[in-house]
Amino acid sequence: MYKYDSYDQAMVDARVAEFRDQTARRLSGKLSEAQFRPLRLMNGLYLQLHAYMLRVAIPYGTLNAAQLRVLADIAERYDRGYGHFTTRQNIQYNWIKLAEAPDILADLARVEMHAIQTSGNCIRNISADHYAGAAADEVTDPRPYAELLRQWSSFHPEFLALPRKFKIAVIASAADRAAMRLHDIGIRIVKLAGGELGAEFYAGGGMGRTPMIAPLIRPFVPIDQFVTYAEAILRVYNRHGRRDNKYKARIKILVHELGAEAFTNAIEAEFAHLQTLNIEPPAAELARIAAHFAPPPFDADAPAEVAFADEAVAQWVRANTHPHRHAGYVSATISLKPLDTNGKAGIPGDASAAQIRVIADCAQRFSFDEARVTHAQNIVLPHVRKADLPALHAALAAADLATANLDAITDIIACPGLDYCSLANARSIPIAQAIAERMAPKAAAIGELKLKISGCINACGHHHAGHIGILGVDRKGTENYQLLLGGSEAADTSLAQITGPGFDEAGIVKAVDRATAHYLSQRQAGERFLDTYRRLGMASFKEAVYG
Amino acid sequence: MKILTGNDLRTGAVVWWDGAGWALHVEEAAEVHEAEALIAAEEAARRVVGAYAIEATRDGVAGSLRGIRPAHIKDRIRALGPTVRPDLTLKPADPNCGNWVI
Repeated sequence: MYKYDSYDQAMVDARVAEFRDQTARRLSGKLSEAQFRPLRLMNGLYLQLHAYMLRVAIPYGTLNAAQLRVLADIAERYDRGYGHFTTRQNIQYNWIKLAEAPDILADLARVEMHAIQTSGNCIRNISADHYAGAAADEVTDPRPYAELLRQWSSFHPEFLALPRKFKIAVIASAADRAAMRLHDIGIRIVKLAGGELGAEFYAGGGMGRTPMIAPLIRPFVPIDQFVTYAEAILRVYNRHGRRDNKYKARIKILVHELGAEAFTNAIEAEFAHLQTLNIEPPAAELARIAAHFAPPPFDADAPAEVAFADEAVAQWVRANTHPHRHAGYVSATISLKPLDTNGKAGIPGDASAAQIRVIADCAQRFSFDEARVTHAQNIVLPHVRKADLPALHAALAAADLATANLDAITDIIACPGLDYCSLANARSIPIAQAIAERMAPKAAAIGELKLKISGCINACGHHHAGHIGILGVDRKGTENYQLLLGGSEAADTSLAQITGPGFDEAGIVKAVDRATAHYLSQRQAGERFLDTYRRLGMASFKEAVYG
Repeated sequence: MKILTGNDLRTGAVVWWDGAGWALHVEEAAEVHEAEALIAAEEAARRVVGAYAIEATRDGVAGSLRGIRPAHIKDRIRALGPTVRPDLTLKPADPNCGNWVI
C-alpha cells in the first residue's frame, strides 16, 4: 500500500501543529466559536449530539495493521473503547474532547493518517472498490488512480471552497462494488481491446434529498489525461454550481439543470483548455505511486481446492468470501453486523478497540498486512489463502467477528441516526437491530438482500440504494419510518421508491417482514429480492405490505 | 418551560444550565426566561458551546430521571446518551431510562 514520502508527511505534520495552535487559541479565548468552527471542521472535528465527533480519513478504505492498532489505541485512550466505520470507508469517534483532539491527530500522523477534508465543501475521501488489487474481474488495480486523485485533491487551492462537498469513487471492473454512479464523480478504469487503459467518467450522481444516478459524461479518457479531466469537471462545477441554496448546490443539480449534454459540452471545452496548460501529473509520478501497490508475494502453491470439515467454517466461507485473482486465495469479509448466539444484533459498523486489534492481527497474519473498510461498513482482508480460512475464522470467532451474513438481510447499512447525529430525525441503529433479529431465521432463505437505513434525508445510510431502504423522519416529534423498495448501488444502479405511508418502530419491522415474505412466495428460480421486485413492480409489493 | 442546553467547550459533554452553572444531569436544569443574553454571556466566557433553549416539562416519568423532561426526543437522547448503548448513558443502572427517552 502507499507509503508517505517526505512531502506527504510534512504536510500532515504541519497540519497537526497548525490545529494544535488553533485549538489552544480557541480554549484561551483568542478565537471565537464562529472563527474556530470552520477550522475544526477542516480537520474532521464536528460537534455532535453527545460530544465532539472526529472523522478520520481512510483513503479508499485501505489500512495496515499498524494503522488499525493506532485506531484501536485512540478508541481506548481518547474515546469510549470503540469506533464506528462509515459508508465512506472512514472511521468516526463519538466521544472526543476538544483539548485532546490535537494529540489524536498527532497519533494518526505517526501512522500516515489524518482527518483532513473529511468535512466541509471540498473533495472528500476518495473511495474505491474494496476488493481492489484482489478481484478476479478488475482490469487493473484502481488504487494507484485513487491515490493520485487523493494527492491531487489534498489541499488543492482551487477546490477547498466548492459550492458543496464533493465525493469521488474509482473502480476498475464491470461490477460496481463502490456505488460509483451515486457519486459526484464516478470513474471506472477500463481497458480497450488493444490494452490501452483509460477512464470512463460519470458525473452528477448522489443520494441525499435529491437522489440522482450519474450519467455517463465520457466513455474513455486516456489514462494519461484522467486527472486533467477530473480537474475540468471540478472547474465547471466550481464556476457554475449554485451557492445561493445549499440544497441545490451539489453537482447533480447543475448536471440536472444544464442537462447532461450541455454539461458535457462545458466539460469538454474546459478539458480542451486545460490540455494546453499541461497540468497532468507526470507519468513517473503515477508509476511511483503504482509501485506501492505491487502485488504481494503470493504463494504460487497455495491450494485452490480446500475442503472445510467444520460446517460453521464452511458456511462462513460460502457467505463471506469473494473470488480472488489467484485461485489459492480469496478476499474475506469480516462482518461488523454481528448476531450473537442468542440472536441479538450488534451495532452496524461499530468495532471495539479489542476487535480492531484482532482485525489488525488477522490482517498481518493472513492478508499481507492489509485490510479494507467497505462502504457497507464491513472490513475486508483482501488476500487470504484458502487453506488459512479455518484459522482465520477461529481467530475472528473468538472476537465475535465471524458472523456469516455478507449481503444478507442482516448485513444492514445504518447511519448513526438520532442516537449520535445532530442532523438525524430518527434513530437508525435500533431499527437495524430489530430487523436483523426478526429476519435472521429467514436470512438464508432470502439470500442476497441489501437493506439500508438512514435517519434523515441526507442519506448517509444509502437508503435510496437499498433493495429495501428505510428513511427515518420526524413526524410531529415522533419517529416515523418510510419504506422504499427497488434501489441498487451496483452496476444495475437504481433508486428505491417510497411504498406509501410511513410506519412506527414496530410497524417498519413488520413491513420488512411482509415485503420479504411476498418475495419468498413470488420469486422465480434464481431471482434475488431485487429481481422479483423489478419483475412484479411496486403495486404487487405495496399490496403485500399494506394489505 | 424553557431550559438551556449546550456542550462543554473543552470536553464536548452535554450540559444543562442549572441557574448558576452547567450541570451534566438534565434533572438539575433550571427554568430560564432570558435565554439569549444568558447564552451570549456563557459562550463568551467559554463555558459552553452551541447552547440553545428547548421546551421541557417538569413532570418526567419513572426512575431516577423524574423531574425535567425535554419535549423533543433528540434532547432526551442528548440528556441520557445513545439508546443503543445503555452502558454509555448517564444512568447505566436504571432499567427505565429507555422508557424515559422514548
